[in-house]
Amino acid sequence: MSTTKDQTVLDQEEAELARQWTGRIRRLLVDALPPDKLLPDRQPSYLSSWIYIFGALTIGGLALVILTGTVLALEGPQWWHVSSIGLFVNSMHLWSVEFFFFFMVIHLWGKFFMAAWRGNRQLTWMTGVVTFFFSIGAGFTGYVSQTNFDSQWIATQAKDGINATGAGAFVNALNFGQMLMWHIVLLPAAVVALTGLHILMVRHKGIVTPIEVNGTEVPHQGTQSESDPS
Amino acid sequence: MTLSFLAALINLDKPGVFLHWGVIQISLANVIVIGLMVAVFLLAIFIPFDRKSRRR
Amino acid sequence: MSETTILQRRFNPDRDARPWQGGSRPYDLIKEVTICFLVVTVLVVGLAFLFGSPDDKAISIQTWATANQIDFAQTSISELNGTSGTATYGPPYNNFVGSSQSLGPISLESWIGVHIPVNPAQDFVLGPLSTVANAPNVTRALDVFNAATPSQQLAWETNYATAVSHASSVNGHLVVPRGAYGPIGVMIGQLTAMAKSGALDSAMVDQSGFYGTNYTKSLLYIADSTYFAAQGTAHHLSGDQWGMMNETGNFPGQAWLWLYTFWYQVPPFSTSANADIQVSALMGLLSLLLLLVPFIPGLRSIPRWTRVYRFIWKDYYRSQG
Repeated sequence: MSTTKDQTVLDQEEAELARQWTGRIRRLLVDALPPDKLLPDRQPSYLSSWIYIFGALTIGGLALVILTGTVLALEGPQWWHVSSIGLFVNSMHLWSVEFFFFFMVIHLWGKFFMAAWRGNRQLTWMTGVVTFFFSIGAGFTGYVSQTNFDSQWIATQAKDGINATGAGAFVNALNFGQMLMWHIVLLPAAVVALTGLHILMVRHKGIVTPIEVNGTEVPHQGTQSESDPS
Repeated sequence: MTLSFLAALINLDKPGVFLHWGVIQISLANVIVIGLMVAVFLLAIFIPFDRKSRRR
Repeated sequence: MSETTILQRRFNPDRDARPWQGGSRPYDLIKEVTICFLVVTVLVVGLAFLFGSPDDKAISIQTWATANQIDFAQTSISELNGTSGTATYGPPYNNFVGSSQSLGPISLESWIGVHIPVNPAQDFVLGPLSTVANAPNVTRALDVFNAATPSQQLAWETNYATAVSHASSVNGHLVVPRGAYGPIGVMIGQLTAMAKSGALDSAMVDQSGFYGTNYTKSLLYIADSTYFAAQGTAHHLSGDQWGMMNETGNFPGQAWLWLYTFWYQVPPFSTSANADIQVSALMGLLSLLLLLVPFIPGLRSIPRWTRVYRFIWKDYYRSQG
């Protein structure tokens, strides 16, 4: 029995591997995010400001929102009205949401004033903004899922704004079951996925360099013409 | 289950305090939150991130 | 030209960033995230101990009717005669014409049409009353009402609406002055009794079967009352009180909605019948601007003009001299 394959078979396999979907995706991912880019142990020396920690603080807030939300989900939507432990977990959920937004907004201000979209980082900025919008939706659906007076009030007020856009036909703030699903499944999944994507984009491009006012020319890969007006 | 030590130390559940300036009406709690955000932002920008004494 | 076309384009400080050629230093990202998580945990546990969280009990139809049965009777007749907020809402709840909001000729609300059908007369009043058993006078009143012509029904309803505006509570009973309102006195009287006993809450939820998770109809009914609106105003939650960003009690609310709620306070929105769609459209536009800041000349130059970045990278610029 022969254990060595003959050369033509090996060539065929190599050609197949080059075309293979799995292999292509792996090479694409490894090229985009080699380990030292994904988890770098060094940072450029211009990273020298406390403003840089607000992204990490936002992640901390989100982690705590998810953790406390998970405990609330385990016990069900009415638990916190009747249990003092439940009320305490709800309090943690509320305050972690407040901190999540607190840090996220400071992070947004910081990145705005750093013009952090420079150097082909536009998509990083945009995923961040979209995450912010989805977080507002997640917060809103949480408020209307509280099953108390606050949720009754917010739902009956918000319905007019949602209905006016035509979206009310599909997003019914008065439908508790629907709002709870949005709040504990769809929107958290979106926020977590977008946050993950956002972080991977940051790691892919690295942190933006300081603003240079008197630069002249940059090498630019692409097909844009020299007379680019922007 | 009642675990009284979990109860809030400071009761915020009483009629809210609101500030009015012309068209602006805002709860004291929201003013504090927004004010703290601005303050923390300014502190983050101005406090030196001293890497000589503070290796991270 | 080679495979990758290298073009030179004018360096735009608001769009471009040169690759970093300078030095680097050790920086422990995982440690940073871990410390940040612990800091947030301490802050959150601390504030949860210190302040807790608000939980004002939900208002049921029973709560409402017990607190103010006259308001309940008045709201209920407006549901029956089709003048309530819900009855005159139009899409997505019903086909009432004239109250849908529009932006110029565009009214998405009315184009999409009725998706969540709500018929207040049937769903809030006649339906629940028809579930009452062993009350011959109620059954008779309903039979008389249903057999009458629409114009006769309307005349009774109008007369009752006038009479109930002078109603009073005597020893806990609703007392409506006499008038030519046919069977409606018995009907609304029974409905009020059901509401006060809690039976109406169950009857409303039962419309969707045993497992109810949809409170659309009950909430629309309650929200039509002046009692509910007064509760909101007392908690400083009304739309014209910047209520969208407020929370009950002294807790911080959704402060991030400040701009959204701001527009409702100022003209032309504060006096517009189309405020909701106008503010939504404006906020949609502003959100789009925020999303597209990297591409919008002028907007993306604000960081360079304000020079806040000089503080953020002060060490770098100092080293550059």
